[in-house]
Amino acid sequence: MVVQGEKPQLIRKEVRDGKEVLVRHDGRLPDQLRPIRMEVSVLANADGSALVEYGGTRVLAAVYGPRESHPKFMALPDRALIRCRYHMAPFSTSERKSPAPTRREVELSKVIREALEVVVLTELFPRTTIDVYMEVLQSDGGTRTAAITAASLALADAGVPLRDLVAGVAVGKVDGVLVLDIDELEDNYAEADMPVAMAPSLGQIVLLQLNGVLTPEEFQKALELAKKGIMEIYQLQKKALRSKYAEARVEVTS
Amino acid sequence: MSITPWMQQIVPKLKKYTLETLLAKKVRLDGRRLDEFRSIQVQPGYIERAEGSALVRLGNTMVLAGVKMDIVAPFPDTPNEGVLMVHAEFVPLASPTFEPGPPDENAIELARLVDRSLREVRAVALDKLVLEPGKHVWRVFIDIYVLDHDGNLYDASMLASMAALMVTRIPAPVKTEEGYVVDRTRYTGLLPINHRVVSVTIAKLAGRLIVDPTFEEEQVADARLFIAVTDDGRIAGMQKTGMGAFTEQEVHQAVRIALAKSKILLSKLAETVEPYRKKLEEELQKLAAAPATTTAPPAPSEREAVETVEEAGIALEQETAERGE
Repeated sequence: MVVQGEKPQLIRKEVRDGKEVLVRHDGRLPDQLRPIRMEVSVLANADGSALVEYGGTRVLAAVYGPRESHPKFMALPDRALIRCRYHMAPFSTSERKSPAPTRREVELSKVIREALEVVVLTELFPRTTIDVYMEVLQSDGGTRTAAITAASLALADAGVPLRDLVAGVAVGKVDGVLVLDIDELEDNYAEADMPVAMAPSLGQIVLLQLNGVLTPEEFQKALELAKKGIMEIYQLQKKALRSKYAEARVEVTS
Repeated sequence: MSITPWMQQIVPKLKKYTLETLLAKKVRLDGRRLDEFRSIQVQPGYIERAEGSALVRLGNTMVLAGVKMDIVAPFPDTPNEGVLMVHAEFVPLASPTFEPGPPDENAIELARLVDRSLREVRAVALDKLVLEPGKHVWRVFIDIYVLDHDGNLYDASMLASMAALMVTRIPAPVKTEEGYVVDRTRYTGLLPINHRVVSVTIAKLAGRLIVDPTFEEEQVADARLFIAVTDDGRIAGMQKTGMGAFTEQEVHQAVRIALAKSKILLSKLAETVEPYRKKLEEELQKLAAAPATTTAPPAPSEREAVETVEEAGIALEQETAERGE
């Protein structure tokens, strides 16, 4: 996070439809997501894969498995192991990022794995490993939440039985205003950044981090805002999966 | 790469059953209430050679935090601020599950949680640790040493780190032709602190929320929620950890519990660490008032107390490369 020069104006007032509203630097309202694009089965080799874009953030996820555990002594007798890697491409950031895993990536791999453990029915595949790889191709804020959204799509695409999909989004506090799906510019000046991921149908929060300072009241509102965004993303996820199966049906009938 | 823990200590089924059935009656295996901390002991200044230190005991959990300071070039994006760094070591003598070697994901997560909770509220006044803007600033290193693991390392480490910072004395910077060296035989003052931050970690076990889980309780728990709270009642950081989940309602309940229980930890700091900080402050004032010839306190030992800036500069470059954010 290298911040140079003057701080740009991130929140301004504007009149829209005769009402004065707060508008963000990219024209979004505080509770508005960036344009989101999702596609599944984008890789030929992987058992399941997905490409997810939140505005300028672009993440590719792939799943291999369930497959035999290597080394074998690690295999668990009653469930599958999940191996998870969140990684940023060297060219994904404004300054080149060393490809070696950073402490940040180690931590994020852990919290993402712990989120996915909630939904994957690992007990159905004892002695196996399910590998989940996430590559951030381009970073513009909210990469871990886009990664987890992509990872759950890739798991579904691989046919791994899930209790629910996982959808994630980051809420931030920028110039005192709570905003949904913060981008990198907002994050650089944010007072708080709170990534949240949920299994929406189960009503479970599977990932929750708060970097920054919020009052208890603000936290309550931020979580509410995150939930709203997650529900929208969840619908898009289901649509992305359905559109894949719709295509397959056309192939069969024609 | 993060892998499902596969070499965990096993909690016998019978013990798990006992834990869970007791919880249904709102009692815990060690007789505590659900929202009760174990006995808390804070011993500030445990390591005399460190600039600041504290030993914290939380029941059988024991964590030592040490603060060392040196002079380095600041990060390019914050030329007018000192540097804060947090490292955690899960030393193998602390638990049968700890292995020697570089910090694993758990140690990294712990260090980063403490780091963020202190950094985001500006608990340490880093802007007052500048010798020459853009050139020479103080670097504050917090090293967390887990000595005995009986659960809730987060809260013990957070408390030890905060206590250590509160009793940290800044050594004397000596200007040379090349830059600065540190004279650790003299101190110029106490580390400026803006806020006290503590954390309360709440575990979800058999559908109930409990405070300050033991190692056994952690093994059985679904998930934990780390919540850092400032002395003015704001939330300074949060993280869900463990393979389970929380509902929205449970998260809000956990926040309420954390806000209430943080007062116990903050008052512990006020009772045990604050008087020690006062004492150090008085000593420093007395030394400053006395004639220069008598100011030097006994040197710790024959080992060199002065470190060159060059060495520290190289170390920082490596750190910067590793930080890579």
